[in-house]
Amino acid sequence: MAERAIAQDTPELRARWGNFAWSAENVAKAKEIVGRYPEGRSRSAVMPLLFLAQYQVGAETNTQGWLPIPVMEFIADYLGMPVIRVLEVATFYTMYNLAPVGRYHVQVCGTTPCMLRGSDDLIEACYRRGMRKGHTSPDGLWTFTEVECMGNCASAPMVQINDDNYEDLTVERLDHILNELVAGRQPKTGTQEPGRHTVEPIGGPTTLTDMVSDNHDYRGEWG
Amino acid sequence: MPKVTVDGQEIEVPNGATVLQACELAGKEIPRFCYHERLSIAGNCRMCLVEVKPGPPKPQASCALPATEGQEIRTDSEMVKKAREGVLEFLLINHPLDCPICDQGGECDLQDQTLFYGRGASRYHENKRAVTEKYMGPLIKTIMTRCIHCTRCVRFSEEIAGVDEIGALYRGEDMQITTYLEQAASHELSANVIDLCPVGALTSRPFSFEARPWELKKTLSIDVSDATGANIRVDSRGREVLRILPRNNDDVNEEWISDKGRFQADGLIRRRLDRVWIRRGGKLEAALWDDAFAMIAGVNAGSSVAALAGDLLDCETMFAAKKLLGALGSNLIESRQTGMAYDVSNLAGVNFNTSLAEIENADTILIVGSHVRWEAPLLNVRLRKAVKRGAKVFIVGPQWDPTYAAEFLGEDAGVFHDLPSHVTEAFGQAERPAVIVGAGGLVAGALGPALAFAQQHNLVRDGWNGFNVVHTAAARMGALMLGFAQKGGMADIVAAQPKLVLSLGADEVDYSQFPGALKVYIGHHGDKGAHAADIILPASAFTEKAGTYVNTEGRVQFSDKAVFAPGDAREDWTILRALADTLGVSIGFDSFDQLRATMIAEVPALGQEGLAHYGALPLAPRGARATGAIAYPIKDFYLTNPIARASETLQRCSAELLHGQDFAEAAE
Repeated sequence: MAERAIAQDTPELRARWGNFAWSAENVAKAKEIVGRYPEGRSRSAVMPLLFLAQYQVGAETNTQGWLPIPVMEFIADYLGMPVIRVLEVATFYTMYNLAPVGRYHVQVCGTTPCMLRGSDDLIEACYRRGMRKGHTSPDGLWTFTEVECMGNCASAPMVQINDDNYEDLTVERLDHILNELVAGRQPKTGTQEPGRHTVEPIGGPTTLTDMVSDNHDYRGEWG
Repeated sequence: MPKVTVDGQEIEVPNGATVLQACELAGKEIPRFCYHERLSIAGNCRMCLVEVKPGPPKPQASCALPATEGQEIRTDSEMVKKAREGVLEFLLINHPLDCPICDQGGECDLQDQTLFYGRGASRYHENKRAVTEKYMGPLIKTIMTRCIHCTRCVRFSEEIAGVDEIGALYRGEDMQITTYLEQAASHELSANVIDLCPVGALTSRPFSFEARPWELKKTLSIDVSDATGANIRVDSRGREVLRILPRNNDDVNEEWISDKGRFQADGLIRRRLDRVWIRRGGKLEAALWDDAFAMIAGVNAGSSVAALAGDLLDCETMFAAKKLLGALGSNLIESRQTGMAYDVSNLAGVNFNTSLAEIENADTILIVGSHVRWEAPLLNVRLRKAVKRGAKVFIVGPQWDPTYAAEFLGEDAGVFHDLPSHVTEAFGQAERPAVIVGAGGLVAGALGPALAFAQQHNLVRDGWNGFNVVHTAAARMGALMLGFAQKGGMADIVAAQPKLVLSLGADEVDYSQFPGALKVYIGHHGDKGAHAADIILPASAFTEKAGTYVNTEGRVQFSDKAVFAPGDAREDWTILRALADTLGVSIGFDSFDQLRATMIAEVPALGQEGLAHYGALPLAPRGARATGAIAYPIKDFYLTNPIARASETLQRCSAELLHGQDFAEAAE
């Protein structure tokens, strides 16, 4: 958390992002997003637009994307609102990246359920690969962040890499995923537990077992 | 009107009041940090917790809770005491204990409230948060580690000033208050956040490490930096004015003052005239009072003498000068230094009749030739409020940023005669329409047409007078009440070719118009007037004499003497009194009290604090037309008067905020 800081406003940054504008397809998307809000309330669109801009930056840099200051100024201008208000929103929410991220943004959940299921080992595994909290590795491959609960406690521990979740991890499984990513292959997303599809109980359902294969009317059994 | 019970005392509170206001009405003090009467309710400091029944069985933030019928409020229960202790303990977790080196010490809300409501010791042993310094410009010094995140400054800049320049970045304990990219806060009222800040996070940069509040003598005074007549408190130590703070006056300045009024204090000790000077062979030489007086008497001007009043003068000085000239048989007195010559036969026609407080209620406003933000920043705050309430504002004159929605109709004063139909329609439908003529409009001759406009659109109606003139000089209305005006303005004085010109702090006059005259400058700063003078008699600045001031709405206000003038400088009226002796005439008073009594006898309105009544508006002159491009008189907001021009702080403001000079390095 505390490592979050807005990327310095430098001439280089201005030169790179100063003429940021919506890409052809995002022009329409941005218009659609603003259209969701009533007349005169277009400021409300700041969050989805920041996200859209982050994605566009991501597409241009082949990463998850981030929000350089000139891009935030562009959004403020687009919505006709003060830049400081855009900055307040962008700095408040941790899903907006305030500094450039690497090819893969590895977000390890360290909140209690994941911690109990071994997230400390995952963090250690990431450290062994040269990742440091809040930093991008020198080769530009990894950016590592420890995040708070991502809502996958039933399949803890979990890691979010760019936009995909990887759950039920062990150090070996995480290593495999990271190796695949380095090799340029897309590993299987979601749970990594063999035989598990989503977050159903491991070893098969323990309740409503009769419903697994087909519909079953339980009402007669209520007592 | 709900009835509530506060600590067993039953009271009736106005509709829409909050529980906090109800407690205050009952005479209970509720500690608070984020709540401020003039700002929106944030409810984020939690200091105002009270116990309210009916409601959840836990303390509630009274500032954000509406008072409703039958509430039982307790401010003295064990739960409230514990809650306050808890909140303070949390606030102090990350607050540095640097009160001994903090400028807010002695007038710090956090310090005071911790003393009264805190638990006396901390149980926190971890590391404290630290925040990097933020640059907020030449006026505001920041020590952001002390910030308790009340967001008063953020709300002030957004709601009152109308420039979103301060914001709260990040979240939780990492929250930081900053300006965008640490740019300098550049609004004319920006320094009011110093007063608003309940802790020492935002303090006055020029006043840093100068004094403790309890060593300062506090004198009630009136701001002379513009014509709104903001109520101020002058804090002085010994012979030096150390700072100027606003006083509460809902009719005038609410509780704000402009940055110029606040920070011209350091100009009071620079470039001062503290001895008599006589120009010999083109060079000024130090001299004695007697030599100067002898030289003035030596001119034998008789009745060929003129007195020019400056912009910062009190009424007493001007009245003394008027009496002196009257005794000499002259009536050549003028206060409109730059040559304006509008008709002043009826003062209602040059007054801000709506009054500063009432203009908030106007629903259609036409501004003719006034850069209100620079000419009267506090009026702009009122106009902004009016717009928030739905008023439409139209402006004739060059573009400036009003901080509210306004339509610029054109730069040429002629537009006034040819207003677009939607403007006239708006005035036709308006219930409380107002026109405001500024100095730029006066120069362009818009006063007569504005009066015609007022008649045409019925601006004066039951309980409402929508005709307004906003002046730029603190002395102007007082001067006009005392008759410091010629029919043809300064041109009449020039035409009379006076042998002796008494310049009472008049720094904006073109003195080359008086080539043959002996020019005597009676003033306090070595500025333009002194440069042109043959004799300089050192006088007092506004903090060094008691005086009467009349603001642009005709409000008579009194100011006290805070400190003594430096060196040989004397109070202005004593100089004029001595001059009367030298010139062998009697002007009828020997003390300040006599002077004031004589003045009040002649102009009774000056004896009564409050709005002077000037009667009905004059009839509009026939066929008066405004012409030409409007030019605003103020070219540099921070340097409009000799005191401000002498102030290093305001010089830097001008260079940095208006002329883009970069001082970022100097700010660490």
